[in-house]
Amino acid sequence: MAERIVIDPITRIEGHLRVEIEVNNGIITDAYSSGTMVRGIETILKGRDPRDAWAFVGRVCGVCTSTHSLTSVRTVENALGISAPPNAELIRNLMANALYIQDHVVHFYVLHALDWVDVVSALKADPKEASTIAQSISSWPKSSVGYFTDIQKKFKNFVESGQLGIFANGYWGHSAYKLPPAVNLIAVAHYLEALEWQKELVKVHTIFGGKNPHPNYVVGGVPCSINIEEANAVNAERLAMVGKLFVDAKTFVDQVYIPDLLAIASFYKSDWGAIGGGLTNYMSFGDFPTNGFNNPESFKIPRGVILNRDLSKIHEIKGDDPDQIKEFVNNSWYDYSKGDTTGLHPYDGETKLNYSGPNPPYDHLDVSTKYSWVKTPRWKGHAMEVGPLSRMLVGYAAGRAEFKEVIESTLKTLDVPVTALFSTLGRTAARGLETKLTCDWALEFFQQLLDNIKNGDTRTMNNDKWEPESWPKTARGFGMVEAPRGALSHFIVIEDKKIANYQLVVPTTWNASPRDPEGKRSAYEESLIGTPVADPKIPIEVLRTIHSFDPCLACAVHVYDEKGSHVHELKTY
Amino acid sequence: MENKKPSFYEEAKRDGISRKDFLKFCATMAAMLGLESSGIGQIVKALDTKPRLPVIWFHFQECTCCSESFIRASHPIVASIVLDKISLDYQETLMAASGVQAEEAYKIVMEKFPGEYIVMVEGSIPTENEAYCCIGGRSAKQILEEAVANCKAVVAWGNCASAGCVQAASPNPTGAKPVSKVISGKPVINVQGCPPIADVMAGVVVHLLTFDRIPQLDALGRPKAFYSRRVHDTCYRRANFDAGLFVESFDDEGAKRGYCLYKMGCKGPVTYNSCGIIKWNDGISYPIQSGHPCIGCAEAGFWDNGPFYQHLPSVAGFGVETTADKIGLGLGIATVVGVAAHAVVTNIRKHREITNEPETNSETETPKVL
Repeated sequence: MAERIVIDPITRIEGHLRVEIEVNNGIITDAYSSGTMVRGIETILKGRDPRDAWAFVGRVCGVCTSTHSLTSVRTVENALGISAPPNAELIRNLMANALYIQDHVVHFYVLHALDWVDVVSALKADPKEASTIAQSISSWPKSSVGYFTDIQKKFKNFVESGQLGIFANGYWGHSAYKLPPAVNLIAVAHYLEALEWQKELVKVHTIFGGKNPHPNYVVGGVPCSINIEEANAVNAERLAMVGKLFVDAKTFVDQVYIPDLLAIASFYKSDWGAIGGGLTNYMSFGDFPTNGFNNPESFKIPRGVILNRDLSKIHEIKGDDPDQIKEFVNNSWYDYSKGDTTGLHPYDGETKLNYSGPNPPYDHLDVSTKYSWVKTPRWKGHAMEVGPLSRMLVGYAAGRAEFKEVIESTLKTLDVPVTALFSTLGRTAARGLETKLTCDWALEFFQQLLDNIKNGDTRTMNNDKWEPESWPKTARGFGMVEAPRGALSHFIVIEDKKIANYQLVVPTTWNASPRDPEGKRSAYEESLIGTPVADPKIPIEVLRTIHSFDPCLACAVHVYDEKGSHVHELKTY
Repeated sequence: MENKKPSFYEEAKRDGISRKDFLKFCATMAAMLGLESSGIGQIVKALDTKPRLPVIWFHFQECTCCSESFIRASHPIVASIVLDKISLDYQETLMAASGVQAEEAYKIVMEKFPGEYIVMVEGSIPTENEAYCCIGGRSAKQILEEAVANCKAVVAWGNCASAGCVQAASPNPTGAKPVSKVISGKPVINVQGCPPIADVMAGVVVHLLTFDRIPQLDALGRPKAFYSRRVHDTCYRRANFDAGLFVESFDDEGAKRGYCLYKMGCKGPVTYNSCGIIKWNDGISYPIQSGHPCIGCAEAGFWDNGPFYQHLPSVAGFGVETTADKIGLGLGIATVVGVAAHAVVTNIRKHREITNEPETNSETETPKVL
């Protein structure tokens, strides 16, 4: 007998996600992923100054904050033929690196850890044992018996207060938790440390972009100037702070994040290294240019597609090829003028809001028809997984030494085959390994920035085409970058100095989308199939796999492009 | 879940926070709230004796930048006190439980603490069609109306909940509205900004806890402690404005010397926020200090007051004592047009001091302001 389970809200994510699953004899046999909130930012962009777009689209997401702004300035630069100076590229890379590292650490500890870590079990731990284990896996100094005793006491008091706050109603004691109490205690301690630590690295954004969340960007470069003889610009003091922040980040990642990841993975690898693989296609747009954004070969993370888990071949991606990326709305609450089975390239993106779901309050969505605000993107008709796992696989398949090294050494440490990567745990591990690489890249970019300045190049801006008078009457362009959550692309059409069309195809749109016209599932839905669920009333197994993608629903549902129809006419009740 | 609510200090003590650190926290908060030193005692007493405040934090049409900003609160024990010491019983970004277990968490609070809990809202509420934002099959409006019915007060975090923010920008396709336009009968504190500064968010929470009352608000519902000064009047580059020294394009010589960003479109003159005082992320910087003009993110409707790089037509020289209330509600760029001719008395001597120019040819020195 199939049992339909609804999980809504999915918490510890960005945005509003609902998952409905069908469970047969303790196994998930079908799954539906629905984005339940819409804002309409693309429509709002129409008619505005393209130089302002970064600020608007920045507000698509405050978790992967800055990533849309970065994509936007690259998109406008692509349309207008602007090249940002090398220092601007480096500063943009450093800001993106800071985001990757901070966001991945926050994801692992704050958003994902509670799927694997039983905080209540930590109360039963022997702090001495926790200390011994911690010291055996890392040289992180906060590992004394006294330290873990204090943390445990703090949590004990918290639990005994009766007001459990964010830990209330968790799945504590669930049979799916496998860590021994001492490891749980270590993880709880590091949860708190990560929460404290995460606010530090974002200061890289504050230095270069003035604030975080939502730092400032500018088309043509970066807004900050470099002047090593001036208090009011990026000088030695500011640079020293950036350098220290990245060194500290690397220390935290090497001594806390990675050891914890490996320790936790070692307890879950036998099952979760084989569950949740889902799709077999992986896509990376690539990012972190080392020789200009227009030169993808220079990217630290390579660009390409892997089909059917065939790591021997990488397929080329062309963002502006109308036959490659297409979005469908057959199962999303939008209408296409040429019918809902058509797919449209984002340059021709046409989206008309049309809510046809049940009136709230409702118990179930009718999944036989439209059931989400997320559109369904496809690459040459294929459903794609995007995100850290895709990036690591493309880097691995491309034969990049640093990717191969971290992947192979991790597989060896955990004593698992390469196929273990195609799993929920593989996704979570890939995010950690990528963070490790990113720390090294950031320090490399930082050194290059220092070298440039030392050599007398302090330029951070290309003003050649700042004035709209210098622009052609019409222009269009796109930007493909790698956001922390995966392949992100923006598309712009500029007419008469104004935005005529702006479209975003976002990582979580690839991953969280409903089915396409052929009935093919996207990544979230596919990855849940076959997952065992011990107790359908507390489906922690679903959270593990969904969280392994690090969902960002505000990103996924941004679309609402008013074309010839007014929203008032679309009201359904 | 028996409710025996320990005081902040009791909790802090049990968590290993020393009395000294606790008092330091109180002093920091007193300073942030603009209190005289006698106010420190009040904070100490309040946190010593008051129970933990139950808080339900909803996310509606938003991007989670407010939650992200909140966890950046920077003073050493703010994370510990504010994240642990309020009882954050429902917060989708941070909470362990999902689905029905999550919903239960806030329903328990509503049942157990009628009239005592605070509702915090991140995000706007769609009114064109309620189905534009649903959680657990219920609409944002339904959830909010039910939750505020028995709450003590509402905190509207950020520009979305305070004024609708980006989704309410023209043509506002989803009919996004701020909290204050959707509910009535409850005090609403609009903590403005996109997002609000982390330490401002922490400061507002502490104000509620300490004084057991909502802070004094301006006519737009913003706490005066943090939103009574224009960014322009508290800007460390203000002297350059007065001296007529402006950045003319990004990364020009003026930019490299930290001149005023007014001509680059800075909205500091019409934006009330604490950026120039508290700054961002532990006082590291703020947009102007890092070379970008203020885009006015703490003001209602700032998205439609652009374009961002077009300078304000005229900035009146009203004094620093003037507040948003005195010069009119919802002061936007449009209303500034023609308010008055630029009345800043340009200080030529200051101009020379900053630029290191000689005292000669003073007749050519009339700065080309505005």
